[in-house]
Amino acid sequence: MIPTKEEWMKALNDRHGIGFQKKISLATVAICGLGGLGSNIAIALARLGIGKLILIDFDKVDITNLHRQQYKANQIGMRKTEALQDNLKEINPYIVTEIHNVYLNENNAMSVLSDADIVCEAFDNPECKAMLTNFVLEKMCEKYIVAASGMAGLDSANLIKTRKISKRFYLCGDEVSDIKDGIGLLSPRVMLCAAHQAHTVLRIIAEEWKEGNENEQ
Amino acid sequence: MGGRHSLLLEVILVVRINGEDVDIGGKTVAEYLDFAGYDLKRVAVEVNGEIVPKSQYANTVFKDGDSVEVVSFVGGG
Repeated sequence: MIPTKEEWMKALNDRHGIGFQKKISLATVAICGLGGLGSNIAIALARLGIGKLILIDFDKVDITNLHRQQYKANQIGMRKTEALQDNLKEINPYIVTEIHNVYLNENNAMSVLSDADIVCEAFDNPECKAMLTNFVLEKMCEKYIVAASGMAGLDSANLIKTRKISKRFYLCGDEVSDIKDGIGLLSPRVMLCAAHQAHTVLRIIAEEWKEGNENEQ
Repeated sequence: MGGRHSLLLEVILVVRINGEDVDIGGKTVAEYLDFAGYDLKRVAVEVNGEIVPKSQYANTVFKDGDSVEVVSFVGGG
């Protein structure tokens, strides 16, 4: 039995408190890349009752994704945007999503990211990571960027951390473990990094949007 | 009595880069990144909390006391 929207919101308000839940429900978060990081960030934020998710990926679900990304065997071949949207709605039937089946670049980022308050960089390619980070910090001066670097391999989980680089720029990961070195990406360590990113989004929401200025969002 | 004179001649410009003091004052961002072996396509550079646009790397000069963060992304996601 699917709960009504009122039942759903009451459960979230009971858990998070009405004031904090209101802030969470007003936030729009863009997730750039729906792989091991992005699919896990999306699920965490959907469970929190985030206001809206903008989901961006050009790719389709492949059998080689299933060892760490939040898709299912019967979704192989689907667009990641649509598959993830389906999975999020199974968890939170009232989640609001906007999907973009594009390869994000400097030409389309301005329009695709326009509604976002916070941008999560969740690509795997380091040049794309740097492009998006530079783009948001240079061109979108009212937005936050939560980026990730270094989550491959079997090094300690405790090396995954979050650093506030500057007011609008947070970096999660161990900053050194490259996918090209050694064993590659393993589900738990990627989930740790994704959890750091989702948690940072939540902390930005909690700290930044004080009582009284909700109307500005 | 030549103290003031020699002081002027021995100006050391210290810049704090990723938490370490480095004597590279007077270099441009582009010169430092090249010297330190960074891949320009993988970095984001902030000076005193402000992003340096890539188009400005060649004509942004580090000043004494600047606080610099060079983030160099590695692959995986």
